[in-house]
Amino acid sequence: MAHAVLTLTDRGLYCAAGDFFIDPWRPVDRALITHGHADHARPGHRRYLCTDGCLPVMRHRLGDVVAETVRYGEVRRIGDAEVSFHPAGHVPGSAQIRVAVRGEVWVVSGDYKVEDDGLSEAFAPLPCHAFISECTFGLPVFHWQKQAVVADQINRWWADNAAAGRVSLLAAYSLGKAQRLLHLLDPAIGPILTHAAVENTNAVLRAQGLRLPDTIKITPDLDRKAHPGALIVAPPAVLGSPWARRFGALSTGYASGWMQMRGVRRRRAADRGFVISDHADWGGLLGAIKATGAEKLFLTHGYTDIFTRFLRDQGYDAHVLATEYGGEDGAEAEDAGDAA
Amino acid sequence: MRRFAALFTVIDQTTRTSEKVAALAAYFSRAPDADKLWTIAIFSGRRPKRAVTTTRLRDWAAEAAGIPLWLFEDSYAVVGDLAETIALVLPPARGASDGDLSHWINLLRDMTNSDDEARKQAVLRAWDRLDTTERLVFNKLLTGGFRMGVSQKLMTRALAQATGRDEAELAHRLMGDWSPDTTSFADLIEAEDATADLSRPYPFCLAYGVEDLAALGPASDWLAEWKWDGIRAQVIARGGALHIWSRGEELMTDRFPELARLAGDLPDGTVLDGELVAWDGAAPLPFAALQKRITRKTVPKKLLAEAPVILLAYDLLEAGGADLRTAPLSDRRARLDTLLDALPQGAPVQASPVIMAEDWDRLSAIRAEAREKKAEGLMIKRRASPYHVGRKRGDWWKWKLDPLTIDAVMIYAQAGHGRRANLFTDFTFAVWQGNELVPFTKAYSGLTDAEFGQITQWVRRNTLQRFGPVRQVTPHHVFEIAFEGIQESPRHKSGIALRFPRMLRWRQDKTVDQADSLDHLRALLAQYG
Repeated sequence: MAHAVLTLTDRGLYCAAGDFFIDPWRPVDRALITHGHADHARPGHRRYLCTDGCLPVMRHRLGDVVAETVRYGEVRRIGDAEVSFHPAGHVPGSAQIRVAVRGEVWVVSGDYKVEDDGLSEAFAPLPCHAFISECTFGLPVFHWQKQAVVADQINRWWADNAAAGRVSLLAAYSLGKAQRLLHLLDPAIGPILTHAAVENTNAVLRAQGLRLPDTIKITPDLDRKAHPGALIVAPPAVLGSPWARRFGALSTGYASGWMQMRGVRRRRAADRGFVISDHADWGGLLGAIKATGAEKLFLTHGYTDIFTRFLRDQGYDAHVLATEYGGEDGAEAEDAGDAA
Repeated sequence: MRRFAALFTVIDQTTRTSEKVAALAAYFSRAPDADKLWTIAIFSGRRPKRAVTTTRLRDWAAEAAGIPLWLFEDSYAVVGDLAETIALVLPPARGASDGDLSHWINLLRDMTNSDDEARKQAVLRAWDRLDTTERLVFNKLLTGGFRMGVSQKLMTRALAQATGRDEAELAHRLMGDWSPDTTSFADLIEAEDATADLSRPYPFCLAYGVEDLAALGPASDWLAEWKWDGIRAQVIARGGALHIWSRGEELMTDRFPELARLAGDLPDGTVLDGELVAWDGAAPLPFAALQKRITRKTVPKKLLAEAPVILLAYDLLEAGGADLRTAPLSDRRARLDTLLDALPQGAPVQASPVIMAEDWDRLSAIRAEAREKKAEGLMIKRRASPYHVGRKRGDWWKWKLDPLTIDAVMIYAQAGHGRRANLFTDFTFAVWQGNELVPFTKAYSGLTDAEFGQITQWVRRNTLQRFGPVRQVTPHHVFEIAFEGIQESPRHKSGIALRFPRMLRWRQDKTVDQADSLDHLRALLAQYG
């Protein structure tokens, strides 16, 4: 029987052959990081290893940590393990991590989406024996429309608001989702304003060569009436806050995969919900899993119980992996800091 | 269906009342009459008869989506809305349809006469020709649960805008016993004779909870009555027949045979407003006694003897066929008392007594006696006020007693529906009996969204066992449960049933051993039951 390349410990996924952890949630000596979101890149490790595209954001969040970087596809030998990072398509710089030990190949997906968003390096499936996959949206009710369709909806909403003399407030997670939306906006409609949390991440990503439209950072002395027809990109926490009310007549939009569910959207009290996610939808997950050719599957954050049972029905050797990424399910996964 | 689905989308995408009304008014200005009539019917709770069971719909949806039924059911538990779950799991439609709303409703109605296989084919064909929103609307029509943030009041306002008619007059026209089968848009909305239907009730005047007593001015401007815990009803005697309408616009005449004699007792052209209560000869029986009556369409003799119903009348809306609603309450009340005095002995209607008090302090002292009077508190009504259409601030106020409360431990949790899908909002609570926690009530309201979010995260991490959608959780959290009344109930494990239980406070300052006991609950029962 094939040996286990990775095992689950109380600190996270551990590779004994290379004596390292992947996205650990408690401090360890050596951490390999799939991407810079808070539930995956945590503070307190002695050494970090990540892609060169991931490091600036990680440093922005965690400070001056001891870190080494690799390029996508570059193979590193750590102990008895061969390690390489491959695009996950989740956010710029995000990776799947491939670990090979004596011919046995395991892949940790991190967070991923299969549609090429034109900003992140595009996801490509990796053949492996065991695949550790996220399944945030692992229910057959989640089907994403093409990005261009959602971009149209957002731009039309913005243009309608601008014509009606309303400011548009688009709520999205500051790292990743916000930049993806900026990338989809049509700057011809009006000026784009950004909340400081979004703009700080923009600065980091622009510095590493990402092309984003021009934005105006919202500061306390900004003349809020000087930007008619503007669209504001801000973190979800500002919805309904005094910060948002100062802009006068607003239409609010919320961009997230959870907006697929009316109940969640109504709870968010946004005028519009735009269904767009940096995670794979139902079809995306099933397609990605099949493409790896993996015999063994481990499922993390999302509807793991349900998704795992379905995969078993389909004949896969599938198991739930109780990790501490994100929320277990539901809208609070976003509140926990995961970019859904 | 496109026009109606577009209306649904606009309404669903805004939280602003003005935008909803504008969208509805635009719809009422453009849609064909048959669609308008059905739209009015849908938003006033008159849905087409359910053509298929939800069990069959689930089977067909899972089959069409190519997923096992258990996965469909699990998805439904997450989404919290059956019509929406079906719309989301189905593969993209291969066709489209120009059929309007009444076309699809007629298809549903035709289905009631066909066999199971024909129904299935009709539904599958429909799903394959409708986009996701149209499917959602179609499924809502199929499953009969149409709630989309439009009250009858909003719909009536929009209809008034679109037709240029008076809103109150329209509200009156939309009351009573009609369906799209028995009328047309022209007859219902435009015909000259608005009183054609002798059974038609008036729109009920409704009250808000009192906010600021000090702002109400001198107590002498007001009239107080006990607030009874019964069924609000209009009793209509016209053309020699009697009609009893609930506030939910349900015709309940046949459920209360003891009131039938009022057809002869009351002068022709009389409409009374009041509360139906089960009556022990001197005071109302607990609501539970009345509840047994409501669920029965025909009443067995024994029940009729155990829980005889009377009307405690407090308003006179029509006398001698004339609409009195614009007359001041004090006049209406005087005429009501005169009318009731003239009734023969033993008539199943009595005046709900008027409570007079010189000042608010005295009234407050009277209110404190409400439980002994088997009432929930007081109603206070401005003596000079007309009988308004619907809920309006200013002239009628509810002044209820503070609820009874008990500290209880949460032991089970279940996810909610609709807006609360995917959140744990429905809890079962227990009190101590020795070392054992005995469940005694459920409650699902009273917390903020933020609190529900917090408790949801906690439930996920502290689930001991699952029973389908229900999770047994670690007994840890104490909640102060408020309720309006308490009754003995052999159907409940604790032997006790509460009226209107809800969560008043999350007592994070209390540990489970500080929760109340069953003995304490029994003491409340002995005092107030």
